[in-house]
Amino acid sequence: MIDFNLSENDEKILAGVREEALLCRKYARHYDENEHEFPPDELPEASSWKPSVKRGEPSPEDSSMPVMSMLGIMGRHWGDYSVRLRQDRGGLGNAALSASGTPEQKTRWGGEVLAMAITEPGCGSDPSRVQTSAVLDEETDEWILNGEKIFVTTGCRSTGVVVWATVDKTAGRAGIKSFLIMKGTPGFEVVHKEKKLGIRADDTATLVLRDCRIPRDQLLGGDETVKQKGSGGFRGVMKTFNMTRPAVAAMGLGIAEAALDFTREQLEEAGFEIDYAAATASLPAPVAKFIELEALFEASKLTVLRAAWLAGEARPNNMESSVTKAHAGTAVRRITQGCIDILGPMGISREHLLEKWLRDCRITDIYEGTGQIQRLIIARGLLDYTRAELK
Amino acid sequence: MISFGTTEEQEVVREAMRDFAAQALRPLARKCDEGSAIPDDLLQQIWELGLTSTQIPEAYGGGGEERSPVTNAIVLEELAHGDAALAIAGVVPSLFANAVLDFGTDAQKQALLPAFCGERFHTASLAVVEPGAFFDASRPRTVAEPKGDGFVLSGTKTLVPLADRASHFLVVARNNGGVDAFVVPRDAQGLSIGEAEKNLGLRALHTATLELERVEVGPEARLGGEAGCDVRRLLDGSRTALAAVMTGLSRAVLEYCVPYAKDREAFDEPIARKQAIAFMLADMHIEVEAMRWLTWQAASHLEKCRDASRAAGLARSYAAEKSLWIADNGIQVLGGHGYIREHPVELWFRSARTLGVLEGTVTL
Ligand SMILES: Cc1cc2nc3c(=O)[nH]c(=O)nc-3n(C[C@H](O)[C@H](O)[C@H](O)COP(=O)(O)OP(=O)(O)OC[C@H]3O[C@@H](n4cnc5c(N)ncnc54)[C@H](O)[C@@H]3O)c2cc1C
Repeated sequence: MIDFNLSENDEKILAGVREEALLCRKYARHYDENEHEFPPDELPEASSWKPSVKRGEPSPEDSSMPVMSMLGIMGRHWGDYSVRLRQDRGGLGNAALSASGTPEQKTRWGGEVLAMAITEPGCGSDPSRVQTSAVLDEETDEWILNGEKIFVTTGCRSTGVVVWATVDKTAGRAGIKSFLIMKGTPGFEVVHKEKKLGIRADDTATLVLRDCRIPRDQLLGGDETVKQKGSGGFRGVMKTFNMTRPAVAAMGLGIAEAALDFTREQLEEAGFEIDYAAATASLPAPVAKFIELEALFEASKLTVLRAAWLAGEARPNNMESSVTKAHAGTAVRRITQGCIDILGPMGISREHLLEKWLRDCRITDIYEGTGQIQRLIIARGLLDYTRAELK
Repeated sequence: MISFGTTEEQEVVREAMRDFAAQALRPLARKCDEGSAIPDDLLQQIWELGLTSTQIPEAYGGGGEERSPVTNAIVLEELAHGDAALAIAGVVPSLFANAVLDFGTDAQKQALLPAFCGERFHTASLAVVEPGAFFDASRPRTVAEPKGDGFVLSGTKTLVPLADRASHFLVVARNNGGVDAFVVPRDAQGLSIGEAEKNLGLRALHTATLELERVEVGPEARLGGEAGCDVRRLLDGSRTALAAVMTGLSRAVLEYCVPYAKDREAFDEPIARKQAIAFMLADMHIEVEAMRWLTWQAASHLEKCRDASRAAGLARSYAAEKSLWIADNGIQVLGGHGYIREHPVELWFRSARTLGVLEGTVTL
């Protein structure tokens, strides 16, 4: 049945998340200004801190796991994009491992922190142009990899990386496979860490592979299909994005919500009443603007919850995932920019976090498929077009 | 629990309304718009869907089915997918009947509701909007002054739907610092009903101006009696319903543009293969989804008797902006052909622009 109310237990869980997030926010400015430092695996408070609200008993009224997971992500990012009481273990590469790895691979590498390296200097939006190569040395039963990967999130801090490489440059998408490479493998090196507009506490690295040899069984998903062209390799890795697109949207929305909450506080302090029932024409300009931004936020959040709800029902959500990312990508840009419009000098001052939130959430419309790429996916779905018909 | 799951019954209703809108409403939309009128037998046909009477309790002669604002939002989206003006006309009777059901005293229900349970189309209407710029539904200028144990109503109302056929008007007015609604019969002394208004869009929907010149009504005219009526909640319902209509209209635009763009060729290929067009279509889809979920959220709050003002306000303002954007770009997808009255997109554009300024013309 259609319902938009959180259960008591849902509320308690999320209140705990927000409390913890607020604690992390105290450190947000520090790790933004000191880009060379990584936030610690555990904050000093980690051992003593407990949420003041206790979780209740689970009930049939509780929201599904994917829905709560999206709301949890929003809550954590509402505190800060990067700082955590205890750092999450696992990166995008772990998601790829659990989506496409063999049971053996999952047990062997499940405990590692795995980054995901697709992007190269020559290709981002179109990963079918990946140039990093993997050649099988039949004699030693090893893969030999060569190439350069850029913009790898957690490239420095991860213990291993899932790397996309082509086994057959003439085969396009069908030739692309993913490989697990652990740090310390000879020929595999982190050579550079980027300086960025925002999410500065996140490490974003360049990796180089020079005749890097890995055992044959480090091909993700096993190597039985390697010789067959057109196997499910590419599709397998693309599956990873099905829940990560809504998650990326949720991250951006958490930040946008922080900006809205801060702006609302300032408006209320200045004596403005936020009256949702009044006509736009009779509202003071800052309030009218604020309500417009709130509507944008609410709309975006509901697309995320819908995609997550579908996942919880085990129903396909490919188009819906792109809807979340495309919507949130533009929404969070407009929201944070609009909040600065409303607050003026306070909005750009580094005394407050609003200017940081503007910088941090700008990434939402870029990684995990830009807004344009999401629209391509949606348009192909609507028009029933193939990749070749619309690219 | 956050859930977007429709019930089986809601899906059945949706299918039925989708078929009805496609067969009975869409084919007549252009003719009704050009003629600025809806034929009686079309209103009768809509009446026979039972949108109003089935949801009135048996005690007043109705079908006694539980009223679900969420289901009604689904119904409105489907009807408006056929045509917005015809959809609104079809639910004007419910606009009045639901207000009486939600806020009326038992005596008011006894007196007013049985008329809505007959076989023939019957309607009364709601008078919310006032003429001139900067109208704000939450701050009406029409005023009710006490006289004896009754009231004297003075003011002007505009965009009153189906004013030509309404037996009564529910007039929203300021009363002693608050806002209330008063039941005024069409033959009340001092009430004059103007000619059909000429508007940009929704031309098929008859609307008129009401002049209230010291209209005297008894205490029984105040909806809800001593307790009065929660006009804010009444407007929350109306705003959510408007958002549902805008969603249906927007979906109509999108579904018209998709096959058109695949078929129409320019520079050696279908225009749909140009990203400038394909991305417009993608954005239309994104926004139709977003406005539907905002509508459902507000409708669900209404259904569960939770405060819905914020959700309804956000749904209406968002849907108003986006439906206008969608209809506007619908014209762009068709180019010059979109500007010609042979295609429905210019009609949808005028409807969208008109819907954005309406209040109190639809209900859940
Ligand atoms: C902070 C950060 C972290 C990142 N983390 C990772 C990571 O962990 N792993 C990883 O592999 N990558 C990562 N990336 C890379 C990211 O996914 C790419 O930057 C992104 O996919 C865009 O690719 P690009 O930068 O090469 O832009 P390009 O592909 O060069 O695109 C440039 C512009 O052209 C547009 N465009 C491209 N193709 C089309 C088309 N067909 N139609 C219309 N417009 C088009 C794009 O939308 C964009 O606006 C990260 C990037 C950043 C900034």
